Amino acid sequence: MTDITKEALSPPRSFLSQDAIQLFYRLLAALLICAALSLLTDSFLSLGNILNVLRQASLTFFIASGLTLVVLTAGLDLSVGANVALSACLAGTVIHHTGSPLLGILTGLACGGTVGLLNGIMVTALRIPSFIATYGMLWVLNGLSYWYMAGETIHGFPAGFRQIGSGYLFGLPIPVYLLLIFLAIGTLFAQRTIWGQEIYAIGANPVAARLSGIPVARRLLLVYAVSGTMAGLASIIFLSRLNSAEADIGESLTLPAIAAVLIGGTSLFGGVGTVFGTFVGALILTLVLNGMNLLSVSANWQPLVTGVIVILAVWLDMKTRRRAQ
Amino acid sequence: MSTALQEAASPATETAPLLELRGISKEFPGVKALDDVSFAVYPGEVHMLLGENGAGKSSLMKVLCGAYKADAGEFFYKGEKVAISSTADAQKLGIAVIFQEFSLVPYLDIAQNIFLGREPKGRIPGTIDRRKILADAKRVLDTIGFEIDPSVTVDKLGVAQQQMVEIAKAISQNARILVMDEPTAALSDRETELLFALIGRLKADGVAIVYISHRMAEVFALGDRITVLRDGRRIDGVRPAEVTPDQLVRMMVGRNVDMTYPRNFADKPGEVLLLVKGLTSPTGIADIDIEVRRGEIVGLCGLVGSGRSEVARAIFGADPVASGEIIFDGKTISGEPDIAARRGIALIPESRKSEGLALLRSVSDNLVVSALRKLFPSGLFDQRKAQRTADGLIRQLRIATPSARQTVGLLSGGNQQKVVIGKWLAAGAKLFIFDEPTRGIDIGAKSEIFALIDRLVAEGAAALMISSEQVEICHVCDRAYVMREGRIAGHLSRNELTEENIVRLGMHHA
Repeated sequence: MTDITKEALSPPRSFLSQDAIQLFYRLLAALLICAALSLLTDSFLSLGNILNVLRQASLTFFIASGLTLVVLTAGLDLSVGANVALSACLAGTVIHHTGSPLLGILTGLACGGTVGLLNGIMVTALRIPSFIATYGMLWVLNGLSYWYMAGETIHGFPAGFRQIGSGYLFGLPIPVYLLLIFLAIGTLFAQRTIWGQEIYAIGANPVAARLSGIPVARRLLLVYAVSGTMAGLASIIFLSRLNSAEADIGESLTLPAIAAVLIGGTSLFGGVGTVFGTFVGALILTLVLNGMNLLSVSANWQPLVTGVIVILAVWLDMKTRRRAQ
Repeated sequence: MSTALQEAASPATETAPLLELRGISKEFPGVKALDDVSFAVYPGEVHMLLGENGAGKSSLMKVLCGAYKADAGEFFYKGEKVAISSTADAQKLGIAVIFQEFSLVPYLDIAQNIFLGREPKGRIPGTIDRRKILADAKRVLDTIGFEIDPSVTVDKLGVAQQQMVEIAKAISQNARILVMDEPTAALSDRETELLFALIGRLKADGVAIVYISHRMAEVFALGDRITVLRDGRRIDGVRPAEVTPDQLVRMMVGRNVDMTYPRNFADKPGEVLLLVKGLTSPTGIADIDIEVRRGEIVGLCGLVGSGRSEVARAIFGADPVASGEIIFDGKTISGEPDIAARRGIALIPESRKSEGLALLRSVSDNLVVSALRKLFPSGLFDQRKAQRTADGLIRQLRIATPSARQTVGLLSGGNQQKVVIGKWLAAGAKLFIFDEPTRGIDIGAKSEIFALIDRLVAEGAAALMISSEQVEICHVCDRAYVMREGRIAGHLSRNELTEENIVRLGMHHA
């Protein structure tokens, strides 16, 4: 016998999958941050603050969860923030004109989903690298929003609609329920459906995936459409929470969403990562920013800290994975 | 086992070894890649390095060129003790390696590639003296007898020409020891002849050549000495005249291997499963007519580059079809690979690492990837069921892996190939298109794979098999098509199926 025996004799890998170990480290990091903050500040452990953190994290998570699927296929969607802005502006207009929150919600989701589908068509049919296609889309959407809004702000929505973003149910903010629902749906979709499996396979090796009989183009279309639709959903929650819509509300959303995906352990090279990881990533990001606020650290430092965390998280990932190989 | 420092038989010891390795060991977590290996290369000789995959050939090569640092052992250059702990050390000693994957920069020209990092400086700082670099390159190319304009960019070259550039690069660095890893693997017969002629000239110049090969014919045609490795150890060192191919195979595998592959030919082939009529594709194939019946293994031969893989890819939908018809199981088929796969066609591609597997995913993930729709008709994925399916295939195909959760990239070539075949078994494919199914696979795994193909077709499937190993085609196939320059040059029935006939039909007559 040759290398065959060597392989058979090489130490078996641990029972926990690599993904589970990475997730465990992340949860541990989140807990450590919580512990540190509760020691350093009096206000961190208050119910109000915790709920606030969760609500903040949920906004990042909605955008980042759809983005996670895109990144799993080794793609990137840079248009999510601009998509949120345009979707919010359109949804806001519809609610103002019709008075129907439901029509507004559908408009937001439809706008987000359509933009995502267009991204998907650019990536699959036109074979434009996703980074460039969605970067171009970012400008196009910004342009549309600015032209459409012409510097105006849409303000004041029905009280019922505003409940989505700022209301409570059994003491918990409604976005937190939505967070849990979409966390469950996202996790089930990625881990427990054959489409999820195919998405991982595409990210791991797109050529092999195609030659294994996976309809790669259709799955990519789906993934970009989902990412866009999640941006549409985020736009509704944003709109409802801010009670206003402006053309530039998306500009500060894309980069934190990408940060949450990366901190959550999803590899930009595709095939590795989980939606739950992205949730933990969004949580860590929000916790740190919240902690800095509580510790009265100037907001000017927040980008720097975010950058350092992203780099640290990805570096640690690569290190532990290399060791595992 | 001989651990003697001297070669087993070197009656003519009038020359001292150029480079000698003594007691080289190299360990990786869980694997002893090299275990007390000693061997010596002499100037003007071709030293064949033989062994199955995983025997330690690549590791030895990497130690030689300084990519790996040996855990133990000594190096002697012309009798003097030296250290090889970096690629720079190896380069200083004149050791150059021609890997299977070339390290050329595609968008630079031949001259720039030869002198990469050592370009003659122009008058303006930061520039290259174009005239000098082209003249120098021309001189180097002349010494190896390669006639080409050195200002051609490398991406326009074929594999054989790129190899020549790699050799020219090595020669320009005054390489005295040239290590070549399966240099003929991707060459046509004619290109191989040119390479052999070049090796002859290098020998005459006193260059020592370490040559890794899986092809028995080469070993005897080219080798002056043979070192056989197995499980990271040096099994023996012999002269070609002293051994037979069978003896070498026994040394490599440590057991007797049946060189004749098992095949139970059916008395009468079944119904037509695949009918290809006038298939033409922009990839360069035209008017292809092929018929494959159930129970048959049909060979698709021809020189490398004659369009065999392109035919396979066009049938599978991986390449566009310009005209012609593909009828599978009575119905016309067209479109992307997912349609072909769903209908029951399987493609086992030539480069399994880049096209057949997701190397970082588990054995289980790879085994079920084509069968997701079949295994989980509801669309809901069940990890335990996937695992059970994978475990079944691992047993059935005797895939050597610690578990279904092992990363597939860590398996040996033969076991990886079994995983690629296994994923199509899981999918319930009826026609298996094999593109070089035994490339880079050791002899033991080869006969296992052929036994598997035989069993598949005996159970009513069919196979279309591309292979450059004509012996394999002759042993295994019911009949074969021979391709030449993108067209079917002829058809050989079972009785006509000989190596001579394949070569005759496949040869260029230009």
